[in-house]
Amino acid sequence: MPDLGLEVLLKGKNFIRLLEGLGTALQISMISVAVSIPLGIVLGIFMAGKNPLIKAVLRIYLEIVRIMPQMVLLFLVFFGTTRAFGWNLSGENASIIVFSFWGTAEMSDLVRGALISIPVHQYESSEALGMSRMQTYWYIIIPQTVRRLIPLAINLITRMIKTTSLILMIGVVEILKVAQQIIEANRMSSPNAAFGIYLVVFLLYFLACWPISMFAGYLERKWG
Amino acid sequence: MNWEFIMKYLPMYERAAWLTVRIGAAGVACAIILGLICAVIQYEKIPFLRKIAAVYIELSRNTPLLIQLFFIYYGLPKIGIQMEAGMCGVAGLAFLGGSYMAEAFRSGLEAVADIQTESALSLGMNRIQVMRYVVLPQAVSFSVPAFMANVIFLLKETSVFSAISLMDLMFTAKDLIGLYYKTTESLFLLVVFYLLILLPVSIAGSFLERRLRYAGFGS
Repeated sequence: MPDLGLEVLLKGKNFIRLLEGLGTALQISMISVAVSIPLGIVLGIFMAGKNPLIKAVLRIYLEIVRIMPQMVLLFLVFFGTTRAFGWNLSGENASIIVFSFWGTAEMSDLVRGALISIPVHQYESSEALGMSRMQTYWYIIIPQTVRRLIPLAINLITRMIKTTSLILMIGVVEILKVAQQIIEANRMSSPNAAFGIYLVVFLLYFLACWPISMFAGYLERKWG
Repeated sequence: MNWEFIMKYLPMYERAAWLTVRIGAAGVACAIILGLICAVIQYEKIPFLRKIAAVYIELSRNTPLLIQLFFIYYGLPKIGIQMEAGMCGVAGLAFLGGSYMAEAFRSGLEAVADIQTESALSLGMNRIQVMRYVVLPQAVSFSVPAFMANVIFLLKETSVFSAISLMDLMFTAKDLIGLYYKTTESLFLLVVFYLLILLPVSIAGSFLERRLRYAGFGS
């Protein structure tokens, strides 16, 4: 039985290093999510609002982010802005900027969708019951919006984690890079390690995302 | 902006764009077939196959394309499954897209009212005929918005192909930046070519959606 990489994985601190690599990727996605969600909520409220100018500007922003691959945005920021403005941007910071920019757009669209999905009669009924505007929002609109929003926002986290795998392409040392290094270092002793190592990377990503997706699905069924 | 440089390397981008389009189209086509099969399996609740489809969908939806490609391109040859890079790209895109398409079609299938199936059965159609002539055409119309969103998503995902050394747009841009340090021009061409590929698809998508809504489908 030829070695398919599991031995290499158990050698020294290889597995720990892989986990640390995944940690780097997860850290970047968590920071981006933490920026995206509050910003997205604010922009989403504006998008569901009435000001046509603000709505048009936000629409263009959303369409740009929607149509450009995240890879291209990453290149534009990492190579483009550093060249154009002459500043220094580490791969980590560039990716946080890009993923927050992307995540904010996605989040704002989710918020807008959740807000406009509340039927008008909900507003009218609570007014007819004599509630003030504050009360209407606090007791009627926000609870319903939040229930629709939370599963979608959780799904955004898994999408963010998956997107973060792209940071390999701008030279950030994350799980795939570590995997490459491990395979390269053990090229002579176990030439077939690539199979096992990449399989483990695949499964680690799955283990990071799957519980989150399951949780989102559970909430959706419970509240939907 | 150096227009001479842009004109000189335009053909290179053109070739790269065709590669992206070709592999993207082939991958999307395979993803549609795979998705349709999975959706029908799940809708018809075929025992055992249904479990396999469910596992596949979870695996594919919860991992990034880049990792899937690395496994297919660098991992699989070690156990004797060797494909050239282009095939790997198609396979990866099909593996990723199959599950997204399956979800789109499945929600389309579920949107078809039960009475349609019951009526067709009472007219003496067999299950395959019901699927082929009654349920599928309606389900496909219902799933058009999600379907178009998936197509755009998959075409965008092709941007990671450069990781398995396919000479696509990203690869070309990175190459030129590295070789000549003409960052602005390279990135400008990159954006223009991606717009050329993705804008028509996006516009066609919203056009299709409007037409179908007009016909009373896919609200």
